[in-house]
Amino acid sequence: MQTTFPTTLPQRIATTAAKLEIRNIVKVFNSSKQPKLAVDHVSLELAPNEFSCIVGPSGCGKSTLLSIAAGLIKATSGQILVDGIPVPGPGADRGMVFQHYTLFPWLSVANNVAFGLKLKKMPKAEQKAQVAHYLEIVGLSGSANAYPKELSGGMKQRVAIARALANEPEVLLMDEPFGALDSQTKEQLQSFFHDLWEKTHITVLMITHDVEEAIFLSQRVYVMDRSGKMRETVDIGLPQRRELDMKLTPEFLAYKKAIIHMLR
Amino acid sequence: MLSDGDLMVDIIASSARVMAGFIFAAIVGIPVGIAMGTFYSMDSLLGGFVRTARYMPIAAFVPLIIIWAGIDEASKVLIIFFGIVFYNATMIADAVKFIPNETLNVAYTLGATRRDVLARVILPATLPNILDTLRVNIAGAWNFLVLSELIAAQNGLGFTIVRSQRYLQTDKAMFCILIICVIGLLTDFAFKLVFQLCLPWAESKVS
Repeated sequence: MQTTFPTTLPQRIATTAAKLEIRNIVKVFNSSKQPKLAVDHVSLELAPNEFSCIVGPSGCGKSTLLSIAAGLIKATSGQILVDGIPVPGPGADRGMVFQHYTLFPWLSVANNVAFGLKLKKMPKAEQKAQVAHYLEIVGLSGSANAYPKELSGGMKQRVAIARALANEPEVLLMDEPFGALDSQTKEQLQSFFHDLWEKTHITVLMITHDVEEAIFLSQRVYVMDRSGKMRETVDIGLPQRRELDMKLTPEFLAYKKAIIHMLR
Repeated sequence: MLSDGDLMVDIIASSARVMAGFIFAAIVGIPVGIAMGTFYSMDSLLGGFVRTARYMPIAAFVPLIIIWAGIDEASKVLIIFFGIVFYNATMIADAVKFIPNETLNVAYTLGATRRDVLARVILPATLPNILDTLRVNIAGAWNFLVLSELIAAQNGLGFTIVRSQRYLQTDKAMFCILIICVIGLLTDFAFKLVFQLCLPWAESKVS
């Protein structure tokens, strides 16, 4: 009797190596008069502890792709796998940080961070410790009892990041998390988030239209084009440890120039 | 007129009718509105009827309601109830639909089920709008009260206004209208206070 083992085994080994795999995703929107192809056969793999960014012009389908990865939008075809296992819908294994309306305005900062932990029915004492730990990490222990409306835009995003991290997801998905901030706050948060990633080494897939931000934060930059195709993959060979000043070095600028040209 | 015991009776009778109609309209209107806003199927089922019923002239139904419900308190409460319940439902349904998608989606990515989202996101997120809706529609309730008391009532502020007309006591009628205004202002203030005390995190969209 012939078993299917030999044919499936190598494939399984290949897929279990990736933390998150986006496999051959196609998304067609049928709402308008003519169907619109938003994502065209996109595949990518995110290794554990990898930080990657997807850049692309607006309307290139990058946000759609991330929402599909989060399970919030159904793909027309293709699969999303976490640790080699297909995931059908949204779940706590893929935490997400959005650009707008990120916090629940009726909950205090601490309760926002505890939102996912309450859903998991984590014991109260453990919840409290976890919330305190992650608020400490994002430097907002002093604002635990404040309501979101009392916080600045940058602080809100830090709380949103703490809330996603406190849930201890396998992958963190970020949809232009710093896009709505002024440029100074944005740079501060980039630097803050780089340090945070250095400490936690969580696997991150982030969408941005800011090429500099993508290069600064990630090990790999994926470039999408207007037709919804993945156009290029750029491995960023900069040192692991990054400072904001690095944005002015020739190597950094060379990456920036190359990617900007790809986007044209 | 203030020393007149009848006036107090009128105020209490009218306020009780308004409260009864208003509370029933809230008890029915809030869940229906939330269901319509949350579930597409509920909106398909009830939306057409509720939105059409909003244009139904309640004044034209007054004679019918009296035939069906008699001339007791029930008919007056029903007139107020039907006058505002459809507004409650549609305004709250719209409030639910205006919750940003991101707010719902972030809950899903934190591990929430549809039920969690309803109980922990949609309900608290619409609470300020529910209070605002009730605050706007209680004014409507007073309008329908006067309408319900024009016909077949033995007491109440609306009734007194009609009776004053009969004896050309315009001053008395004006005074009753003024009392309704004052009660309206007081309830409005009470709503504002409840809003600020219970929802310190929110900002009212009604001034």
